[in-house]
Amino acid sequence: MYHKEKSIQMKSSASALYNNLSVLRIAPRSLTYFTVVHANMVNMVSASWDGLNYSHRQLQSKEANVATSSSLIMQAAWCVLPSRDILVLTSQKGIQMYESDGSIMVYWHALDTPETQTAQAVFARGIAAVREKYICVGISSGSMLVFDVPIKGSNITLSEVLEEHKESITDLASECSGSLECIADMVSADDSGNLCVWKSGEDFQLLNKIPGFDMSCSSVKLWKGTVVAGYGTGQIRLYEAVTGIVHAEVNAHARWIYSLDIAPFSGLLLSAAEDSLVRVWHLTMTPETNSVEVTSQTIPGRNLTTPRTHRQTLTASLPLSPSRSCTCITSV
Amino acid sequence: MSMRTLPLVFINLGGEMLYILDQRLQTQNTADDNTQKVMNDIIATMFSKAFMEELLKPQDLYSNRALRTVLTRLAHASIMRLNPASMDRLYELMVMAFKYQLLLCPRPRDLLIISYNHIDAIREFVRDTPSVLNQVDETHRKIIEVYTPLSDGEFQLLRQTLLIFLQDMHVRVSLFLKDKVQNPNGRFALSTTGPVPHGTEVPGLIRMFSSNGKEWKRWEFPTGGSYTSSIRVGSFERFGDRVTRIGTNMYSVTQPEETHTSKSYSQKANSEPNPLAKEELNLLARLLGGMKVQNRNTETGFRVNLFATDQEEEEAGASGANGDQSFQVINIQATQDVQVNTELARIAGEFTGEPEQTESPEGPSNKGDDLLAMMDELIEL
Repeated sequence: MYHKEKSIQMKSSASALYNNLSVLRIAPRSLTYFTVVHANMVNMVSASWDGLNYSHRQLQSKEANVATSSSLIMQAAWCVLPSRDILVLTSQKGIQMYESDGSIMVYWHALDTPETQTAQAVFARGIAAVREKYICVGISSGSMLVFDVPIKGSNITLSEVLEEHKESITDLASECSGSLECIADMVSADDSGNLCVWKSGEDFQLLNKIPGFDMSCSSVKLWKGTVVAGYGTGQIRLYEAVTGIVHAEVNAHARWIYSLDIAPFSGLLLSAAEDSLVRVWHLTMTPETNSVEVTSQTIPGRNLTTPRTHRQTLTASLPLSPSRSCTCITSV
Repeated sequence: MSMRTLPLVFINLGGEMLYILDQRLQTQNTADDNTQKVMNDIIATMFSKAFMEELLKPQDLYSNRALRTVLTRLAHASIMRLNPASMDRLYELMVMAFKYQLLLCPRPRDLLIISYNHIDAIREFVRDTPSVLNQVDETHRKIIEVYTPLSDGEFQLLRQTLLIFLQDMHVRVSLFLKDKVQNPNGRFALSTTGPVPHGTEVPGLIRMFSSNGKEWKRWEFPTGGSYTSSIRVGSFERFGDRVTRIGTNMYSVTQPEETHTSKSYSQKANSEPNPLAKEELNLLARLLGGMKVQNRNTETGFRVNLFATDQEEEEAGASGANGDQSFQVINIQATQDVQVNTELARIAGEFTGEPEQTESPEGPSNKGDDLLAMMDELIEL
């Protein structure tokens, strides 16, 4: 079903953040890029598929007028659009967008910070590429920014601001099955567990709102019209996106879930939590319902918290762990 | 990130510091009077109204350097003296204990319970000094007021902010190594047994629902750990059974050698110039200015050693400075062209309420030098 590949050492440890590992496979060059956030920096490694070459790079967070910034980065993720891949970094100060190898910054959006310090933290968190040309980013206030990305160049514009959530956005996800039949394009999650399901377009349309139960939803995925949500209670729930009907509930972990990921073709779901365990699940879609079966394998780690998938690859990273390594598990 | 970290940082780190100092003072057979005085002075400073008010303002977490400076100052708020090597070790112990408590915290909200465990112990230390006890009570009330309304997500953000701040500290603590909660490389080992946090179900169950909400199938999966259901929640009030032992004094039942630490890797101190140094200095100035100046005895005070012998302390001081120059905060050095803003000069002036007040009132006198030297270090680094 899947097997473990060679471990990759990152330059420094991973920060305790939700959804902290991002992966980009570049088939034409037989390379995979990985990014892991470390405080105010992003560690990036590009690994050749034959396992022989690794090259490391570091990206810093940016502030408007300062050369070096101590602003903490909340998340780094690749947005895969038909014409280009963009690496997005969200921090306390704003949103940075780079060309896929992290070499050139193409866009910077500063967050509105209040004149006098309030108790409410200000940061951006939650990144998703939606359909052909949108990149959505969540904000601590609960708003979401929708950026319109041209086929090439740096003429990225803020197209819309979605105000539906009242609590900080934790994660965003777009439909990853590749199917064009799905009505829902994106799901957003917040700190009170509320989920919003959207359809993209010139104006994004709210299709459904799934209420939370006052428990933070830290990671969310959208697959074949099903929302897969991981909560601070360690539970995973599956909902039908447009109706909000609960398909399944899994008492998956003993601690806060930090990350979920899905391999779209095989339906393998990976969950990682603060209980230091990574679990692999199998989602099978039957016409009306989704059934969740668990594989017999639990991967013990030392605090694995952030899986990511791209196509068939499931990956998990180990922050705060001795080896600071990134484990890549490829599903067969 | 979180704007509400500082009060909890100081309560927990300060609490750990008091546990360690108490243990060392007992080991060194310090007179009860002196021990009590040291504890009273430090606690009175830490829980003073001005200090706490400054901490409670919404603000970013200080840099490592700034935090270390204030904690060092706090440790010296009494007649007790610590050599740089001992101060280093004290700081490492405090920080690693707090890091462990943060990691073990069952739910992010339980960080409050851990803080209250520290406050409960601090209350015990000063139970015979009503004025200080009052300050502790007052602060506890304020903390309850400020933190109770925060959501779980906000607590998790707070916890994440602190974990990120501490993520590169991997000092080995002999007490943790002995209990096998810390690996030889300095990383903590998390347990996969025990009760689950309140609000979490024991892992192992999958339930499937039909479209009308009825459960139509359930089955279990092997969990790879052995969890039990959650136990009752601790009290979030001023008094009460906290239930968890995280945050209580782990030194009270141990041998004296348990305050041993060793660095596993040479730690790269963050030596980049901090562009926000001036801001930090202003914050520090306000904070230190808010600290009540204790009535310093004319006697030189007594020294506390965090090591087993004086010789060990000397050796540690000589060899332990690799890569950590930023932490040699107690250097008295000649101040050259120090840019002292008026606030600092005023504070320096306050500290010179001593017999040697013969220097010109504008410039800082001898006693203010160490404070300014600290600021100096901060500007230079």
